[in-house]
Amino acid sequence: MTYGPARALPGDQIRITTNPDTEPFWQAAKEGRLTACQCGDCGHFRMPPTAICPECGSRAKNWPTLPGTATVFSFAICNKNPKNGEDYVYVPVVVDLDGAPGTRLNANVSGCDAEDVHIGMKVSVDWTPIQDGWVLPNFKA
Amino acid sequence: MAWVNQDKCAIVGVGATDYYVRGKSWPRTINDMAAEAIMNACADAGISHKQIDGFSYYSTAGAGYLDKFDTASLMETLGMPHISWSATLTSGGGGCPGAIGLATAGLMNEDCTYTVTLMALQQLPQHRLGVVFGAAAPNPENSFLQPSGLVGPGHLMSVLARRHMHLYGTTQDAFGEVVMATRANTHNRPKAVRKDPLTKEQYDASVMLADPLRRLDFCLETDGAVAVITTTMDRAKDCRHKPAVVHAAAHGGQREWGRAFAWMGMPDPHFASSGHKFTADRVWAQSGLTAKDMDVALIYDHFSPMVLMQLEDYGFCEKGEGNEYVLSGKLRYDPATGKGVNGGVPVNTHGGNLNEAYIIGMTHIVEGVEQVRGTAINQVKDAEFALVSGGPASLPVSSLILRKD
Ligand SMILES: [Zn+2]
Repeated sequence: MTYGPARALPGDQIRITTNPDTEPFWQAAKEGRLTACQCGDCGHFRMPPTAICPECGSRAKNWPTLPGTATVFSFAICNKNPKNGEDYVYVPVVVDLDGAPGTRLNANVSGCDAEDVHIGMKVSVDWTPIQDGWVLPNFKA
Repeated sequence: MAWVNQDKCAIVGVGATDYYVRGKSWPRTINDMAAEAIMNACADAGISHKQIDGFSYYSTAGAGYLDKFDTASLMETLGMPHISWSATLTSGGGGCPGAIGLATAGLMNEDCTYTVTLMALQQLPQHRLGVVFGAAAPNPENSFLQPSGLVGPGHLMSVLARRHMHLYGTTQDAFGEVVMATRANTHNRPKAVRKDPLTKEQYDASVMLADPLRRLDFCLETDGAVAVITTTMDRAKDCRHKPAVVHAAAHGGQREWGRAFAWMGMPDPHFASSGHKFTADRVWAQSGLTAKDMDVALIYDHFSPMVLMQLEDYGFCEKGEGNEYVLSGKLRYDPATGKGVNGGVPVNTHGGNLNEAYIIGMTHIVEGVEQVRGTAINQVKDAEFALVSGGPASLPVSSLILRKD
């Protein structure tokens, strides 16, 4: 099927909330820095950030700066804006993050036609301002 | 090792309301529908509703997200003199057959004598199950999912389906065959919502909602209620129908399925699965049976690809061979012989969530009961064992094997 350009969902429609476990990820995003939650003791990565390392039980955390590149693991193609039902082609992607083995993000991809998105595609981070001054990591082809 | 409670309890009554297209049940209330389903189930069992003394729920005694019902209000509505068991299997619709295992726990512990398991569902405009994820207020966890626009269950399932297609060459044609094979079982069912025969051309013309999934790959949006009564085998002998014996029941899941709906972190090959492998292995170990021993399979079908993936997880075919298994017609029920087609086990002889009604898995339990009683509309010949599954969904998911008495 032919969908045409993939566009990220409008940032002004998107809100997030944080808690003490997740907030460092979003603070880093505000600075244009892609990070993931890493155990300060055993080095295991986990996302979304949680209180305790599921591997070793440690509460120590690191927030290393990642390269900002990723690989598409899977995706869907959607054609309605979920907020208002209007025609709007966007591609939700699940990406594997480079530099943080085993972690993924759910995001949108843009910079190509929706029908050209494919599993294994290399993408790089693309920051989308959203409500309340937060910034969302999306990806571009 | 055989399950310690094997063949000690049975489902003795099933009851339902009419099935309504989403929102059309109003001005009936959810308690009205719940009570009708319970009273119908009691009539089917040949007991009074005042004999019920246990509730065994799943999905937080409601659709989990929509209008709720609870033990206190149902006791008042039905005039039950006392209850001595009320328990809920955590998480969502994946727990429906597992709630029968929960009932068994209460019965075998001698806490209660007749236990009801219930789902009542009413999707008014302000409460639509298909959009509740997207409409939910942001929280710290869903803030890692919601902004991507993966806002409905179908969106989430489409991502899993895509990965399965990538890994194993699975095709949309197989998803279509799941829909058509189960649709073929509803033309003779008075209460079914989708009864018209479905052609491949019609399936292929169905609007794409979340590529690779079409509207017809999505289950129905239905209102209504279904209740079933479970009791011990000694009491079951006095009930109206032949008992549908609870032969095995398992719920749970393994960490690799992760948070499933709430996050997409599952590693391969679990990502492209139904997350049922763990409970499938348990229910087979409990029963000493395998998929090939089943006479009929009632497989939770909120989205067609998840039927294919469950067939793999339960071992009806090997992992990655679901496409071929489905396309060879092995889901189909042959009314002429009362058996499967091409050596397969008939799936969703009632039409399932995709075609009959979506009461969050309860209709599959009803069909399993009717099949082993020998009273199903699309009766499988000499049906001795029926598998019922709940989910894929967030853990726990669950499985049940019913046996002919
Ligand atoms: Zn650790």
